[in-house]
Amino acid sequence: MEYTFNTFDKLLDICGSENKKIYEVMQEKEACDFELDINTVRNKVLRNINAMKSAVKQGLNSDEKSLSGLCGDDCLKLKEKYKKNKALFGSLYEKITLYALATMEENLRMNKIVACPTAGSCAIVPSVIIALSEEKNISEEEQINLLITAGTIGYIISSKVAMAGAVAGCQAECGVASAMSAAAAVQALGGNEKQIINAAALALKNILGLTCDPVAGLVEIPCVKRNVFLAIHAITAAELSLAGITSKIPPDEVVDAMLQTGQLMSPLLKETSQGGLAVTKSGIIISKELNKRN
Amino acid sequence: MKQRSLFDVISPIMTGPSSSHTAGAVRLGMLVRNIYAGRVRNVVFKLYNSYASAGKGHGSDKALLAGLLGCKVDSPDIKNIFNLPASQDIKYSFEFEQNLDRHPNAVDFILEGERNMIVSGNSVGAGNVEITKIDDFAVKISGEYNAIILFYKDKPGMISKVSTFIQNENINIASLECDRNAKGKIASMCICVDGQIPQSIINNIQNIDDVYFVRNIKKLED
Repeated sequence: MEYTFNTFDKLLDICGSENKKIYEVMQEKEACDFELDINTVRNKVLRNINAMKSAVKQGLNSDEKSLSGLCGDDCLKLKEKYKKNKALFGSLYEKITLYALATMEENLRMNKIVACPTAGSCAIVPSVIIALSEEKNISEEEQINLLITAGTIGYIISSKVAMAGAVAGCQAECGVASAMSAAAAVQALGGNEKQIINAAALALKNILGLTCDPVAGLVEIPCVKRNVFLAIHAITAAELSLAGITSKIPPDEVVDAMLQTGQLMSPLLKETSQGGLAVTKSGIIISKELNKRN
Repeated sequence: MKQRSLFDVISPIMTGPSSSHTAGAVRLGMLVRNIYAGRVRNVVFKLYNSYASAGKGHGSDKALLAGLLGCKVDSPDIKNIFNLPASQDIKYSFEFEQNLDRHPNAVDFILEGERNMIVSGNSVGAGNVEITKIDDFAVKISGEYNAIILFYKDKPGMISKVSTFIQNENINIASLECDRNAKGKIASMCICVDGQIPQSIINNIQNIDDVYFVRNIKKLED
């Protein structure tokens, strides 16, 4: 079907009038726009899921450092911690945090990951979808549905805000990834289409103003740990939404606020490494030492 | 304008750590490989601004060379490219420069081999790239379309001759851009099309009088 939507309102209208799920509308749209059949679209999504799983698997068993030597052994530290003392919030929490670290560390080792939406935010969506799928015995077909729904959230947001730290700070990278994950989590836990979109809005609302100030310009500090935090953040948004707690600011207006916040954000805080953490005393020392090595 | 896709959000499958500094660098290398279309003996990569300052930490240097040698964005070879046999047959070096007149993620490829050529490009975000210059000519090649690029003597009727060959194959032109260094001197034409470009079109264009250089630049596949 030829669907056109650039807003959450429009998407929900289509879902309502056609009596279809978000992922059904999106996969039909993608198939139509690119003259593919739906199975081809779904297979492409599956390839992405499989690549995400491979990254998690490999990352869980590696302590190889990044090119800079700054990061790379945190996942194993967390794994050891959970062996000794289980996580307070249970096994889903353990898996999400471990999978997010595993993926992000694979990324900075120059191994294979899936940009989702970007490489710097590549660990949030996979950690949530894979951990939930394992914990809730979710079938491969439904995992594909979850990733399509997550992608739909990013698709709509990116029609207004480009997904780049240089444009709107980390709001547009890890923030969007968290909103995408919240939506997927609600779907995995049986929420309806409205709750799915609402969860994305709740997640997004809570990261407005998030800057992009990486130390030495690298996707490492604070990006690695931020991916872990924002994966858990998505679950909070999903729980609230499933309880029927709604964003008093409608989802499309939250995106507008995000865009405006990005425009108001100083360029020093948008992927230029000229503000925030990047110019702290320690941030500058790290940066200088890396430059010396170059 | 580019058709937006679900897979703008959940792709590409790529070698980390940065879509602009790693995947973008590979794709620039791949496009330059297609443009040069011959064996490169020596290449100097000149990295500007953010590519110069944060490039090494993101493996941009490895990624540029890997792309030029034919690796795709998800190749496991990118990481070790300096130690692989493929990189032993080519001389390569890197220069780093801050120059605010250039894009934040700009690269020049200074190539020697079957011919000398300088190609400039930018990594414009999310793994997307653009080739902006071949030698002295402004071009616009993003790798999203199959493209024909040609250099020729600036004179009337060239666009019509070239487009006739394309029209005869019933191929739709998505964009067409020309540039020249001076009236009557050398001009460039860059044509992006829908679908495939048969070799016969390239051969026909090559045989037009006063066409010095023509290339079929395949779109980038992830």
